[in-house]
Amino acid sequence: MKTANPIRRLLMLCCLLLPAPAFGALPDAPLPGDSVYQLPVVLIDQDGQGFDWRSRRGEPQLVTMFYTACPYMCPLIVDAGKSIEKALTPEQLGGLHLLFISMDPTNDTPAALMALAKQRKLDTARWTLASPQEDAVSSVAGVLGVRYRKLASGDFNHTGELILLDRGGRIVARTEKIGSKADPEFLAAVRQAINPSSPTPKINPTETSR
Amino acid sequence: MRMLAAVLLLALPVDVIAADVQWVQLPAGSFSSALKYEDLPITQVAAFELQKQPVSNGDFLAFVQAHPQWQRDKVASVFAEPRYLSHWSGPTTLGAEALPEQPVTQVSWFAASAYCDAQDARLPTWSEWEYAAAADETQFDARKNPAWRERILGWYSRPSNSALPRVGLQAANAYGVQDLHGLVWEWTADYSSLLIASDNRNQGDADRLKFCGAGALSMNDRENYAVLMRVAMLSSLNGKDTTTNLGFRCARNVE
Repeated sequence: MKTANPIRRLLMLCCLLLPAPAFGALPDAPLPGDSVYQLPVVLIDQDGQGFDWRSRRGEPQLVTMFYTACPYMCPLIVDAGKSIEKALTPEQLGGLHLLFISMDPTNDTPAALMALAKQRKLDTARWTLASPQEDAVSSVAGVLGVRYRKLASGDFNHTGELILLDRGGRIVARTEKIGSKADPEFLAAVRQAINPSSPTPKINPTETSR
Repeated sequence: MRMLAAVLLLALPVDVIAADVQWVQLPAGSFSSALKYEDLPITQVAAFELQKQPVSNGDFLAFVQAHPQWQRDKVASVFAEPRYLSHWSGPTTLGAEALPEQPVTQVSWFAASAYCDAQDARLPTWSEWEYAAAADETQFDARKNPAWRERILGWYSRPSNSALPRVGLQAANAYGVQDLHGLVWEWTADYSSLLIASDNRNQGDADRLKFCGAGALSMNDRENYAVLMRVAMLSSLNGKDTTTNLGFRCARNVE
């Protein structure tokens, strides 16, 4: 049936996971109510591996939504991820994870995702390109605050942003300044999230959000 | 896994959703949206079903009783802001400010989507909603009728702090659907794709960069304020937002 709704997946996964969480790595502390990980999302990555994005809990994540056939914006988003990468020390890099989530799961198969990773020489130890189920795209975009519209051509209009999630999956910073030069404020927030004891002042999320 | 999940869903408390929810089938058609899609001059809509009336407080109460994770004291804040169902007297009680037959409002997009999903349905797309709402009592597309426009604008000009009427008091439109205008505003599945930006390309680089691709939306029909206001309102919202006059109804595909 084509009426499947993203929330159905959520409900189903809640049913499945509440009695016996299948993700043993999850910390015991209750998930913050404003965590994006309140939404269970199964992603398939460039290696064809399936995982629930909630398994990313415990480490800060640099998240965005994109699609591999995207002609203009998405190469810039990849550049933006690389510019953050370049600005970090090797030690800080160890704590950085980039999670690029496709809004075009039909076309963004593991092979397509892997082709892009190779073409852009992305280190898949740090970078994950992944697709959710088709019916989960709007909910993922909803919790991340990404706006998109599928065009008749198969392309998408979408906002281009890097979003920083803290260890609990809360959005702590976001930037629309994407490209080959890192947004300094956003970079400071990334450093802070990787190493919370660093003296960098904490960026107020409301200042960097739309 | 889907099978297993479906079985588990069945094992949940039986939905006490009111059995008298009425559905209206709308035929496939094409129409000229008041929105100007650069990629689609004419909007095609496949046949679909729409709930005859907006979802009421009574309907939504039954839903949160069957699905406690959507009760206002239990819902995760990422899915619903603090004002979610705050006009109800309690998490599972309606009270004087929310009569059972009034349309439910102060519901987030996530909650509205979950409600429709529980009915094996979904939220309508903007195109479906606009298509259905173009009708008056006698014509499928009454949008050029000045009297119809006046009537809708008259509703918008009424103060929104007075109590909402019951659902289903207004005459059905030519399709048989009630209350698309004149009662509450309604969520659509694709509220966040209404990237309205008139003449977006003529603005600075910052605005052009905001979207991947060229197809910014603008208005075809600048006289149609009623639609303009809906789109402006919906496009300003986030999925967890709620407002005192924003409700919803569900749609489903025709098998």
